[in-house]
Amino acid sequence: MLQEAIPDLAKYVEPDRVRREVYTDPDIFELEMQRIHEKVWIYCGHETQVPKAGDYYTVQIGRQPMLMVRASDGSIHVLYNRCPHRGNMMCGDRKGNAGEFFRCSYHAWTFQHDGRLRSIPMMESGYSGTPLNKESPDCSMKRAARVENYRGFVFASLAKDGPTLKEFLGKAIVAFDDMCDRAPEGKVEIVPTCFRVIQHSNWKIFLENQLDALHPSVTHQSTGRAAHEVEKEIAKRTKKGEAPLSYHMLSAFATVTIDKWDAFQTINYPYGHCILTGYMGLRPQDPDTKAYDQVMIKAYGQKRFEEIVGVNIHHVLIYPGLSVQSQLQQLRAVRPLSVDKTLTEIWHFRLKDAPEAIYRRSLAYYNLVNSPSTLINADDLENFWKCHQGLSSDGGKWVSFARHLGRDLEKDGVVETAPNCGTSEAPMRNQMKAWAEYMRG
Amino acid sequence: MAKASKPVVPAKAGIQKSNGREVHYEVEQFLYRQAELLDGKDWQGYIDLFTPDGVYWMPPEPSHTTWDGMPAIFAEDKNLMTVRMKRILHPDAWSQRPLWETNHVVSNIMVEKETGDEVHVRSRFHMMELRRDDVRHFAGSYRHTLKRTPQGFRIKLQRVDMTNAQAAYDYVIQAWV
Repeated sequence: MLQEAIPDLAKYVEPDRVRREVYTDPDIFELEMQRIHEKVWIYCGHETQVPKAGDYYTVQIGRQPMLMVRASDGSIHVLYNRCPHRGNMMCGDRKGNAGEFFRCSYHAWTFQHDGRLRSIPMMESGYSGTPLNKESPDCSMKRAARVENYRGFVFASLAKDGPTLKEFLGKAIVAFDDMCDRAPEGKVEIVPTCFRVIQHSNWKIFLENQLDALHPSVTHQSTGRAAHEVEKEIAKRTKKGEAPLSYHMLSAFATVTIDKWDAFQTINYPYGHCILTGYMGLRPQDPDTKAYDQVMIKAYGQKRFEEIVGVNIHHVLIYPGLSVQSQLQQLRAVRPLSVDKTLTEIWHFRLKDAPEAIYRRSLAYYNLVNSPSTLINADDLENFWKCHQGLSSDGGKWVSFARHLGRDLEKDGVVETAPNCGTSEAPMRNQMKAWAEYMRG
Repeated sequence: MAKASKPVVPAKAGIQKSNGREVHYEVEQFLYRQAELLDGKDWQGYIDLFTPDGVYWMPPEPSHTTWDGMPAIFAEDKNLMTVRMKRILHPDAWSQRPLWETNHVVSNIMVEKETGDEVHVRSRFHMMELRRDDVRHFAGSYRHTLKRTPQGFRIKLQRVDMTNAQAAYDYVIQAWV
């Protein structure tokens, strides 16, 4: 039915532009959920979110309400949040502990943490001679077709076939390596506060903004300037002549002017993943950084330490649902709710065994940029909403991604923006290329 | 690092000390003035209510016992509050251009403790917000640590526990609640 309603999606995506319906048509949204989100690897959560047996966290994959749960043997499972009996949702809270087993609140069917049926009340008397049989998979909670854990980051795919998680991530796996390697033991721990913000716009608008190097100095100028003014005031007043690093995180939005963003670079990988290189000045030579460097050199040796801190990444986008700032230990998971409504779940991490002062940097960014009182994302959200409103109009058929088209450098399926073309719209072209491939079915 | 503790239990009524009525009246007028400054968008006036080392804090969960080193919805000293004010007033703060009004109601005021020149006050608030055509409601409790100064009370710490702090945010919050 849907395929008949949407005749030829291939015509909706051209090398430098995309039809507006791709963002606004509810039928296309349904098809995206089937062909993209319910097929590919979707980030569920970090293993430290569920430290104890029975701990669970709910997560939306496409249109499917799922549960990520820790079993008594330490394994992590991803299950459909649904009782196989009458379809009752198993866990009604966003997170919690199921105890030794799941127990349905409707008729007390119970299940192991891996979803297998444990017991049905009065099984013998109630079901002997009926087609229902304890061994049948229909009597267990359904599991995600595939679950993989990379360095503590748990992903699930609802399709039994497809690339492995490592194949899917390809070089974008650096998002997790770069984050974890910066901890002396190579591990991160989640900070158990999640900020959830709803955007009234299509999910792709958010993803396309993540590596849009042209927007920061325009969208975020007000905060950049305000922070810069106060930063200068503080510097004047203090002995050291410096404001805390958190002011720099904000003022950079104004001091890195629109022309300077061309000096950044994006690298675009298969499956729509992309990287924005560039550093926000997080390697100052202050005592805290030096103390951290010493801990790291002790753990890794000088050579490996240099390699680790030399990784130059501002942002990694893992299409279609994860935006990672590895060097600030933050991530935003994107959960499309409907064609014009998107939930972002925002988390940050602690580098295990790194000095507290290094955590404070990550925390400052989390509070100022990623909290519900964000001084940055508020203006993005305003633009996303306006974008979605504009795209709903008949004022034009297309969205343009032509900036620096034809100047990108392509090799072995990887597209790098040319020198001084950092504001290229290559990441949007790359995402839409992946989108078109997925949507072909 | 603060340890997670039990959720805050409602304060016991009737524990205020000497001069009960007088202090209560002073505090009440102060909180009403604060609400007027916020709803009147007199941001500088509001910032001026804080002591030089004053902090505005909105924890994401009631179990948090300090803003220091913890994730927070707001954890701002006067410098950061000044950044927020300047940003809101900047002509290119795109999200701040649409129609936006708030209405605070403060009530259930209880003076919990008086020590030296400090008064600890607990109250409840309800803020209705209009943004474009949408109405949102934020409600919760305030806990003020107020310091007596020659200019009147000044806020050393304003803790804001919003009942809907952990709910999903339909859009974000841009000014102090």
